[in-house]
Amino acid sequence: MKIVLTIVGQDRVGITAMVSNTLAENNINILNINQNIVDGFFNMVMIADMSESKLSLKDLQLLLKTRGQAMGLDIRVQHEDIFKIMHRI
Amino acid sequence: MLTIQDILETNRMIKENNLDVRTITMGISLRNCSHPDVQVFCKNIYDKITRTAQNLVRVGEDIEAEYGIPIINKRISVTPIAIAAESCLTDNYVAVAMALDAAAKAVGVNFIGGFSALVDKGYTIGDRRLIESIPYALAETERVCSSVSLASTRCGINMDCVQEMGHIIKKTAELTKDRDALGCAKLVVFANAVPDNPFMAGAFHGVTEPECAISVGVSGPGVVKRALEEVKGQDFGAVAETVKKTAFKITRVGQLVAQEASQRLGATFGIVDLSLAPTPAVGDSVAHILEEMGLESCGAPGTTAALALLNDAVKKGGLMASSYVGGLSGAFIPVSEDAGMIAAVEKGSLSLEKLEAMTCVCSVGLDMIAVPGDTSASTISAIIADEAAIGMINNKTTAVRIIPVPGKNVGDKVEFGGLLGYSPILPVNKFKSDDFIARGGRIPAPVRSLTN
Repeated sequence: MKIVLTIVGQDRVGITAMVSNTLAENNINILNINQNIVDGFFNMVMIADMSESKLSLKDLQLLLKTRGQAMGLDIRVQHEDIFKIMHRI
Repeated sequence: MLTIQDILETNRMIKENNLDVRTITMGISLRNCSHPDVQVFCKNIYDKITRTAQNLVRVGEDIEAEYGIPIINKRISVTPIAIAAESCLTDNYVAVAMALDAAAKAVGVNFIGGFSALVDKGYTIGDRRLIESIPYALAETERVCSSVSLASTRCGINMDCVQEMGHIIKKTAELTKDRDALGCAKLVVFANAVPDNPFMAGAFHGVTEPECAISVGVSGPGVVKRALEEVKGQDFGAVAETVKKTAFKITRVGQLVAQEASQRLGATFGIVDLSLAPTPAVGDSVAHILEEMGLESCGAPGTTAALALLNDAVKKGGLMASSYVGGLSGAFIPVSEDAGMIAAVEKGSLSLEKLEAMTCVCSVGLDMIAVPGDTSASTISAIIADEAAIGMINNKTTAVRIIPVPGKNVGDKVEFGGLLGYSPILPVNKFKSDDFIARGGRIPAPVRSLTN
């Protein structure tokens, strides 16, 4: 199952590291990263594959929410089908 | 591969423009629950509903979390109780409504629809009992919604029932006057009622439906409004194209949710309803879409044309996005549930008469209209007759959900709370229709019913 992560918040050291480490710890493979900083705001969109992970999507959402909040970030993790169905026929 | 623009656009629609799935509605047949003893019947329907819908709320919440799309309501519709309870040896169905209410509470849905009767051509014994029970049932319950279909293109208009519904609505208002006649907000009168409508208060599980079906209602007036901001000043071709493209995207979300929900719940995929359903929240208004097209305020001349374009373009865009489209599928214009409509009434730009004209080109009808408490039963009946005539002649669904609020008059406001919103009291034409309504009988089916 592929997932889409969107991470938004005030820029600081270690955001990408924290998210990447969380994914690596749980055997989730990153397929695509798009990241930029606009007016000091950190924006990142990641596409990843969690078919080999033992973690459920719900648990991953909870884990990243907790870790994200500690760094002042808003992290959304969604099944990629919501985007595919809307933009691809 | 998805592009970052696609991802950001979808999330902007959800986070900033209030894109949501308004409801997942599970339709449950109660046709195998009948029993002469009303207590046994009540137990049968309670058991069947709580068993069939036990996972509905959890599945809805799971889908919401996985895809990151808010699913506002999880609801149930059932076989019209006038049919399901007809063999009960009892003189009223209030106990049945209470069993429905208890079942809704047990499975955690906020509304259950189907305390209904279909009397387009005339009454059966069960229909009579049900309609007489409506005011008491709505006063005694919290989550039960009721509807009466009293006209259709095929059958004409049952004017006896039109007359009776004026009194039923007044009685319902009276019995729930401590809650600003809230009972009337849960009571809809239909012409050409549809069997697979997922939206309340008019949802029921029609007789042509399967054992259990999932219908999904999407929403997204805020998304359409935002898209139209990008084509400011351009011609109507550009407006229609923009609405179509946006409706396609919105409906795809409904298709995904309906597909997932029906699969996980082991139910038939019923339909996706293409209606644009507003809420009182800022940025979720159908009236604001019409104003974005260039009207100073909803109700101004041009409003009906703007709504016709919107309604048609939503259907054209939505049709290809879903495998099964049905329900009401059109823009809703419920006054108290739409911030732009409320403002338009307050400004004096939107009247009952203009709303009636608007119902000729959209779904559904005069919806969530608060009127003075002293509006007579025959005037309410006559308003229903007008709306039913529009539905009958134009071969479309029309409805009336009107609330004569006891003790309130033009200039007052009424607060229903939550998604039902609030509304100023609308003035009603003061000339009487008593003798017209007193005639009773049936208005014959129109020529256009003879299509064979």
